[in-house]
Amino acid sequence: MNSHENLMSPEYKEAIKDLLLQLADDDFMYSYRGSEWLGLAPHIEADIASSSISQDSMGHAAMYYKLLEDLGVGEANELAHCRVANERKNSILTERVNGEGYYMDTPQYDWAYAVVRSYFYTQAKKIKIDSLCESSYRPVAEAAVKVRMELYYHRLHWETWFKQLMNSTEVAKKKMNDAITLVMDDFGDVFSYGNQKQAIETNRLIGTEEELKENWKESITPVFLALQMTVPFIPEKPIKNGRNGEHTKDLDEALITLSEVYNLDPVAVW
Amino acid sequence: MTSLLITAEEQEEQLAHFMQRIEAEDKIEADDWMPEEYRQTLIKLISMHGMSEIMGALPEKEWVPKAPTLNRKLGIMAKVQDEMGHGQLLLRVTEDLLLPYGKNRGDLMQDLFNGDLKFHNVFHMETKTWADAGVIGWLVDGAAIITQTNMLKASYGPYARALQRICAEEVFHAQHGESIIMALAEGTNEQRAMVQESLNRWWEPLLMFFGPASKETTGSSKQDLTIKYKIRTKTNEEFRQLFFDKYIPRILSLGLTIPDPTLNYDAESNLWSYKQPDWNEFKKIIKNQGPRSQERLNLRRHSYEYNSWVREALSATVR
Ligand SMILES: [Fe+2]
Ligand SMILES: [Fe+2]
Repeated sequence: MNSHENLMSPEYKEAIKDLLLQLADDDFMYSYRGSEWLGLAPHIEADIASSSISQDSMGHAAMYYKLLEDLGVGEANELAHCRVANERKNSILTERVNGEGYYMDTPQYDWAYAVVRSYFYTQAKKIKIDSLCESSYRPVAEAAVKVRMELYYHRLHWETWFKQLMNSTEVAKKKMNDAITLVMDDFGDVFSYGNQKQAIETNRLIGTEEELKENWKESITPVFLALQMTVPFIPEKPIKNGRNGEHTKDLDEALITLSEVYNLDPVAVW
Repeated sequence: MTSLLITAEEQEEQLAHFMQRIEAEDKIEADDWMPEEYRQTLIKLISMHGMSEIMGALPEKEWVPKAPTLNRKLGIMAKVQDEMGHGQLLLRVTEDLLLPYGKNRGDLMQDLFNGDLKFHNVFHMETKTWADAGVIGWLVDGAAIITQTNMLKASYGPYARALQRICAEEVFHAQHGESIIMALAEGTNEQRAMVQESLNRWWEPLLMFFGPASKETTGSSKQDLTIKYKIRTKTNEEFRQLFFDKYIPRILSLGLTIPDPTLNYDAESNLWSYKQPDWNEFKKIIKNQGPRSQERLNLRRHSYEYNSWVREALSATVR
């Protein structure tokens, strides 16, 4: 048990636990969706690059789950594989399917959606990570510094894809605009801290929801201006708030797949 | 009219010079003159190797989202990514060889789709359990290490150099697979049964991986040509024997049974005798009539076509 934990008030501990679950579950689901794309990207180079990003993101999730384990919340693998949907804190955006169809059959995955979701998500992640580097909770601030280095390339990668496809054929633009609508419909809980908002913010674990939303908009504005597009609007109230354990059936299905082997024997060593 | 046309005599000289370079273990480079037969042999070999890496990502990819721990998820993701990287590297080597024919990667994809370009028999097989992810890493990659390290000194420089990098990574893949298998073999009864069942299914495909001992079995074999041109030095059967030497003791030491009661080591000849796999089945598999051939090709074809708008968009952007 570290000195941090000794000094923590129950309220502080609850808040950090909740925030860490949000961060961990976000990257875990984002990486999971990315891993379904393996081998199916539009060309080999795109496959390799996005696979590398999915891997890094899984690494980030593992790091957050480990911090939770250190806090005594539970064993990292158990946290990742065992929790039921309404205990999960990831944003709705990260759990959405890649498109029609199951990854084991012949799915119709939408690359435009992959690019827009990844770009907007990664940009939001950058805003959070920048803020987390100043967190009052030292272990998460230290983790954020590590994530920031890798994230630099992720963001650059997806921004490049975004600009390229927005600057190309009419077909591509149409698909990209459709994807932007879908992604923004789900964007309402990306910057939400759910029921723990007050505790998370007053304990200075991370910047406020409002502040981060503003930073996100500001950060993507130059790209949108250059493309002569209006900056998308973040919905005020999410239809479902993943931070409070509200989820879609997409998550239920994902949980069945991702824990299929683990659940054969949760106490065995795999 | 004298300078442009090469006489038969000059042609022979050119070929003799080329074979001298091969004998002297000189490295042939992409822009060097090479006989048509050499070029064709290389294209066939390297494009098949490259496509097998890419098609080989599919059976393993089936287990990436299901990998049972965070570390296993990370490990198998990294491995699948490496395999795609190998595919990319090898298709580039092939593309250089294809230049005189004006063909490119898109043509190779079409060749794959219409069945002209084959991929390794093992990647036509079904995967059923998590143990398959371990067996593929440990034994399929292990088998690939045996054939590929034999070509590290291949006469064709670009292939030899690509193999340097590939083989270095394959060693990690085999360790990744072995680690999965060890965990299962040392685990619960159910886990041990899972590995044994997987090994039972993969044993024949693993033997087939090295190809038939002689071309009489399937009617054709490229082993004679690849040896003639010093692309490799050992025969299919020699590879298979090396595989037995290396892996049979390891498999047995894990308490697993090899699904061939006739398997026997002859100390005098230093050779293993074994039950031949069903070579008729092998012939079917390499004609894309294996258990999962059509599904995997279909998945590759479908995703390639479904995403064609992206490739079109990109070529419009860089214009
Ligand atoms: Fe490979
Ligand atoms: Fe490999």
